Amino acid sequence: MQFWVIQTLNSVALGGLLFLLSSGFSLIFGLMRMPNLAHGAFFMLGAYLGVATMNATGGTLWWGVLGGGLAVAVLGGILERFILRALAGNEQGQVLVTLGVSFIIADICLLSWGGDPIPIPAPLSLRRPIFFEGLAFPTYRLVVLGLAVVVAILLHLLMDRTRLGAMIRAGVDDMQMARGIGIPVSRLFTLVFCLGAALAGAGGVIGGPIMAAYPGLDADMLPLALVVVILGGVGSLLGAFVGSFIIGFVYNFGTALFPDLAYVILFLPMVLVLVFLPQGLFGRTLR
Amino acid sequence: MTAAALSIDGLSKRFGGLPAIQDVSLQVMPGERRLIIGPNGAGKTTLFNLITGDLRPDTGSVSLFGQDLVKLPTQRRIHLGLARTYQILTLFPRETLIHNVVLSLLGLSPTRWNPWRPLTRYRAFTDAAAEALTRVGLGDKARRIVAETSYGERRRLELAMALAQRPRVLLLDEPLAGLSQEERQSIQALLTTIPRDVTIVMIEHDMDVALAYAERITVLHYGQVIVEGTRAEVVADPRTKEVYLGH
Amino acid sequence: MNRLAVTAAAAVGLLAVPWLVGNDFYINLSSQILIYAILALSLNLLVGFGGMTSLGHAAYLGIAAYACAWFVTQAGLGQLAAMILALLLTIATAAVFGVLSLRATGLGFLMITLALGQIVWGMAYRWVNLTGGDNGMKLGSRPAPLGIDISQPVPFYYFAVGMFGVAFFCLWRVAHSPFGATLRGARDQPRRMRMLGHHVWMIQLIAFVMAGFWGGVAGLLYVYYNQFVSPNVLALQQSAEVLLMTILGGATAFSGPIVGAIVITLVKNLVSSYVERWNTLLGAIFVITVVFMPEGLVPGCARLWRRLRGQKLPKAEAKAS
Repeated sequence: MQFWVIQTLNSVALGGLLFLLSSGFSLIFGLMRMPNLAHGAFFMLGAYLGVATMNATGGTLWWGVLGGGLAVAVLGGILERFILRALAGNEQGQVLVTLGVSFIIADICLLSWGGDPIPIPAPLSLRRPIFFEGLAFPTYRLVVLGLAVVVAILLHLLMDRTRLGAMIRAGVDDMQMARGIGIPVSRLFTLVFCLGAALAGAGGVIGGPIMAAYPGLDADMLPLALVVVILGGVGSLLGAFVGSFIIGFVYNFGTALFPDLAYVILFLPMVLVLVFLPQGLFGRTLR
Repeated sequence: MTAAALSIDGLSKRFGGLPAIQDVSLQVMPGERRLIIGPNGAGKTTLFNLITGDLRPDTGSVSLFGQDLVKLPTQRRIHLGLARTYQILTLFPRETLIHNVVLSLLGLSPTRWNPWRPLTRYRAFTDAAAEALTRVGLGDKARRIVAETSYGERRRLELAMALAQRPRVLLLDEPLAGLSQEERQSIQALLTTIPRDVTIVMIEHDMDVALAYAERITVLHYGQVIVEGTRAEVVADPRTKEVYLGH
Repeated sequence: MNRLAVTAAAAVGLLAVPWLVGNDFYINLSSQILIYAILALSLNLLVGFGGMTSLGHAAYLGIAAYACAWFVTQAGLGQLAAMILALLLTIATAAVFGVLSLRATGLGFLMITLALGQIVWGMAYRWVNLTGGDNGMKLGSRPAPLGIDISQPVPFYYFAVGMFGVAFFCLWRVAHSPFGATLRGARDQPRRMRMLGHHVWMIQLIAFVMAGFWGGVAGLLYVYYNQFVSPNVLALQQSAEVLLMTILGGATAFSGPIVGAIVITLVKNLVSSYVERWNTLLGAIFVITVVFMPEGLVPGCARLWRRLRGQKLPKAEAKAS
């Protein structure tokens, strides 16, 4: 029974992290019509910069989240403003640039922090498990779930109740129309890109106690984000939310029960969705 | 009773809340010259898209010489004898005129799957393509790149590509759009040379040329058939004037 | 410049490399270039001629390489049988992946190819019982085609030249065939092509499988050359490198991917001896190429050459070339 508790909480925690990662990815893809292939690198960089912040300030994980999230957001903004904007209209070019940037970021992280995984400690207060009915519930994983839910609610409120959200939704729905009614599209792109990067960067730090910061974290996370978005549909927050938890469970239980075949098991929901529902569970078609 | 060349029955299509085509039925007989007219937004191009398979209807059926088309993908419909030109030119701009026509001829030929023999060796295709270009008056420009030709020449090329396939039903979507007066008359003369084994359905705004050419006319408005009949009947019908002058 | 003369000169040059170069290291490097040239040409069928950008092409190189190694070392099959089965497996995978990827176009297609490529990489990495995981798989020895021993650098180089020649010739035939014309047509105006009776989806799927096949051929050469294969060969980086080769050279021509393969392989091997940061360099080349030289080196240089010779071509003719 304990095994199932642990695995379930691992799954929801992974799902939560995937949501932090893929919500930004989905927003960027939905609005800018471009899959940001540097998103996994943003996640990893966030983790590393989070540790650096914690070491520099002597602070807890939450300082790391702030530092990592902000730093990556700034980097994302610079990337968008100066390089991606220069390629406006050339989405394929933008994708390739983000790919190139992901290599650069990954290599610089390797250069700066070396090849060994760097553990990121959870805040002291959250390290002891919660005991309930004779079972131990890893506290931090519950916290990650909670954070993901809070972020999901905040994002939903942003998209649904604010003017910014309305502009984003308009842009996702119909870019030409949005431009036509005077929405400052270029600035919106930069803002959304920063937001997505911040979520990824913060996610990397939040995931730190579970995954640590290590070279290759970006390559591990990016395909998961892709599968979540293919599954959940592009531009849909609900799709990213549901998809993240589905993949979190599938991947986690798959790795635990059939370690050799974890990636094959990851394959299956994606194949099913592609064959039967090419627009994903909630989103617009990839065509 | 002869089967209709093109038979549309109860065709409807909505885009979200907007009804683009509402319960449209019409029959075009073999060899007929049918004109579809109506103000902008009446659904004329949507109707064509439903016939060719670019769009799937919500309800209704489309038949070509009795063969139901609705379940067939676009390329299968072409193989049954349908051809279409577009309002906005869609040619292959980096290729020569003759290559454009060859692509059209290949569309119906099993040769199109051959991955080994050089295309240039297929003299039959090149000759047939050259002939198709000559028929539309572009014979001497066969080796030009499309990007180097005039707009009028490109309209002729579109026609050549469609006619090269010897279609049974030819859909012409505003074949005269954007042409000078001289070109219009020249293309219209060309249209009259098309043999009767090709049934023609044309969308056109230029009333003088189109009315001279059409035998029967269908008037669409807000996706519905308002008036249908011979040229004389439609021209005289007060509802036609209302559709056009009411704006 | 007469095309035939250029081809003849290139062929002579290729055959003369061992004499010109003399050094085993550089002969091996030349073999490597040929392997990647085949890979780049295979991807170019998809990207340049088909207009379908894929970020998962390394999968076909990897699958063929791993399958060959597995069939020889684990299943105890002969080299020829292993080669044939490996290629069949590669074709089958390409067919399945093609169907899945073609559920979308453009960027959606790109994403699906990337995800599928990553999944194959993950399988090679995790399925330790099958693939040896991180440790990779060894291929005991190189095959002996027609009884000829290719275990030494020079004979292997000529073997690679032969395979490259076959690949180039076949892809050249495809490009100039009716099928090749319809593939380019489907790239330029898919809707129009359907309206002319062409089965665009089938054309693209066939191109996808062909590209996978020749990628598999490159994979076989790869495993024969290295006598070893590891999950690295399936990583996103590898798919990115080969895509860069096609783009860097200039995606439409034949010479483009070959130039790209030469440049990238040389830079990677020669620069790596001095500088450890190949990944950063790769990323930087990507960014610079896309932003400043999107049409690639070969068309860009061709234009520069024409301008240097003082020829100012009229706009239309420049567009035509």
